[in-house]
Amino acid sequence: MSEVRSPVLPAARPVVNPDTEEFWKATAEGRFIGRRCDDCGSAMWYPRPICPFCHSSNTRWEDFTGRGTVYSFSVVHRAGGEWKGVTPYVLAYVELEEGPRMMTNIVDCDVESVAIGDEVEVVFEDTGHGSALPRFRPVRAEAGSQA
Amino acid sequence: MARGHDLHEYKGDIAMAMKDVAIVGVGTSDFRRLYADKSQKNDVYQLAAEAFRDALEDCGATQKDVDGLLCVNIKYGPFGDMTGLTGPGFVHDLEGTGRMSGVALQEACSLVESGAAHTVAVVYATNGRTAGLKYGGGDADPAGAYDAMYGMTSTGAYLSMMYQRYRHLYGAPEDALAPLAINNRANGARNPIAVFQQEITKDEYLASRFISQPLRKLDYCIINDGAVAFIVTSMDRARGMSKKPVRVAATAGRAELGRSYISPDFYYATSAAVAEDLYKKSGIGPDQIDCMQVYDNFLPTILFTLEGFGHAPRGASWEWIRDGRIELGGERPMNTSGGHTSESYMQGFALHVEAVRQVRGEAGERQVENCGTVQYMCVSPIVTSHIFTAD
Repeated sequence: MSEVRSPVLPAARPVVNPDTEEFWKATAEGRFIGRRCDDCGSAMWYPRPICPFCHSSNTRWEDFTGRGTVYSFSVVHRAGGEWKGVTPYVLAYVELEEGPRMMTNIVDCDVESVAIGDEVEVVFEDTGHGSALPRFRPVRAEAGSQA
Repeated sequence: MARGHDLHEYKGDIAMAMKDVAIVGVGTSDFRRLYADKSQKNDVYQLAAEAFRDALEDCGATQKDVDGLLCVNIKYGPFGDMTGLTGPGFVHDLEGTGRMSGVALQEACSLVESGAAHTVAVVYATNGRTAGLKYGGGDADPAGAYDAMYGMTSTGAYLSMMYQRYRHLYGAPEDALAPLAINNRANGARNPIAVFQQEITKDEYLASRFISQPLRKLDYCIINDGAVAFIVTSMDRARGMSKKPVRVAATAGRAELGRSYISPDFYYATSAAVAEDLYKKSGIGPDQIDCMQVYDNFLPTILFTLEGFGHAPRGASWEWIRDGRIELGGERPMNTSGGHTSESYMQGFALHVEAVRQVRGEAGERQVENCGTVQYMCVSPIVTSHIFTAD
């Protein structure tokens, strides 16, 4: 469980569909859950009911640790819409401890300090619509004090 | 890596040997004129009709000779109405993405080979500049809604993240893409219809501002208005037409489908599989290619392409491009029209036309000497490549 905080970057209302309803409900409570296949053991992202690896429907929700490493990233200097006013920001792929990679932002740090391989942990930013956007911040000794 | 790199795994891929199909007519807008006149609003069907008319005129045909129509980024109904092409035997619209340029020619070739159509027009048009289009934002893949939440506002950011990782793995320095940007502009300077015709230096490249770091403005394709058309038919029919036919010696393709544009190995295994099929079917290898047309939505794509298709060593293409071999007069000239950062961003279609003009010897100041063999390559979620030769 993590706290759900006010967003530091735009936090649009997500598109919620039947496959992801449970996921977004959990984010509002500060929980990061994902889908795992009980037949082949694979973790998957994005959440969906059928395993893309073995096509089993025997899949279930499980708590993910919310930790991972930066797989790659870009410092965005030019953007449109509501993102225009918040540049530069860090767009990143985080490789979750469970294996899948997800698109996210790296927050709570100098944008120039991010590097591939950095250890990161999830933070939840309130969308104001009963859901929260998972973003990631560097894991530091004093990380707890930054929340 | 998600996949092994043993090419023998890929036996059974779809590869098409095009022993008797040719491109006979080509047409493009004057991209420079359209870009220069900012006050002019362009209608996409008007642009398409003009390119189609020019392609027909190029091969001495009329719309009555066309019985297959492939429209890309436009709809067949208004296009047929606009051009009086009202009764084609086969019609198909393809989505307006760069990956469709190679697919469209493959489909045209298949139609001709199968007899479903005898003479196929492939027509692409965009008025992205007039419409204020921004690329990216996710229509092309189902991750769009998820990725947009995080400020993924342009496909360039996907490429930027792939290139960041490439640099991390292979040590490419900050100026690694400069020779590509410089080469495209040098070629654009020799192309009267190129949007940008001013050459640039390495210092100017390095002074170009970051859009999605590490990518700079000069690493990005242009957004401009224009259209491209080409006419595809059997070699037998082609020989009776007005211009020297350009043979589609072989084409091959393979998809790498996922919710994101990020390929963990930069499409290497997929491209290598396509390359193996293509080179086997054509009997032509990378060393025999006189001129390369490389899909360059963003410049890192060129590095991934040269490596995946065996032109440059894996992880070292950024060194391979440094010594002038991709320049006009070098051993393997590339993107001789100026590519997508200098000539025009016609999502791969204008690169097909440039391949035809090079094989015909019609490329003017930018003509590659003794150019008998041209390869088109597109590395994207659908990797395609063709080899064009003189008849």
